[in-house]
Amino acid sequence: MSKLDRALVFAALGDPVRLELLARISDGGSITKLTADLPITRQAVTRHLRILERAELIVSQRNGREMRFVARPARLIEAKGWLDDVAQQWDGTLGRLKLLVERKKT
Amino acid sequence: MENDRITRQIQIDADPQHVWDALSDSEQFGQWFRVKLDGPFVVGETTTGKMTYPGHEGVPWTSITQVMEPPKRFIFRWPDIKQGEDIGPNTIWMTVVFTLQPQEGGTLVTVTETGFAALPKEQGASLLRDNTEGWEIQTANLKTHVET
Repeated sequence: MSKLDRALVFAALGDPVRLELLARISDGGSITKLTADLPITRQAVTRHLRILERAELIVSQRNGREMRFVARPARLIEAKGWLDDVAQQWDGTLGRLKLLVERKKT
Repeated sequence: MENDRITRQIQIDADPQHVWDALSDSEQFGQWFRVKLDGPFVVGETTTGKMTYPGHEGVPWTSITQVMEPPKRFIFRWPDIKQGEDIGPNTIWMTVVFTLQPQEGGTLVTVTETGFAALPKEQGASLLRDNTEGWEIQTANLKTHVET
């Protein structure tokens, strides 16, 4: 996963509407179902979907006249794995800080 | 998954002043972070050095000190670059915040790193051209992250 891909995923997830859309898509749904009772226009929804698609968090499939969206959890898992790695590095670093400070004190 | 932010904490059995010394003094910082820094941390200024971390020896270190508030808060920015990559106009800068909170018998140290959602200027402009609305929310999120 390149740095740009990663940034696209995090940027795509950094919006409450897109998070809601992604949750609805994971449950399966047509664009009509997706937009139901969302307080934004259908154009705005389309824009948000495009961002999710660019981040490869979803793929669109045309089914006759209707557009369907399918979630791609692989991207989420990759991003999560990367975050976990960075978190682990920080744990190691903080552990060394603790050792140094506590050793000095005594 | 928490967006655009990594938060880790550790409890240290020493008062905040001791922790602060190990954090703010670039020589002591280097001992536990495993980096040999060329100079001190000064607000608004760049600190350079070379990593001493096994396997990454000699990798350049660059940071810009943002806040030094003894013995509470230390904030710096550093570039998200791969080994051998140079810092340029499209470099993404991450923000690292250390917060020290006194606790009974010690100090709670919290580190947060933010900026993962930032896109390089060049790509960011075209990728988010049709997304000003969402991007504003994102920037606001980032701002809250950095300011809290």
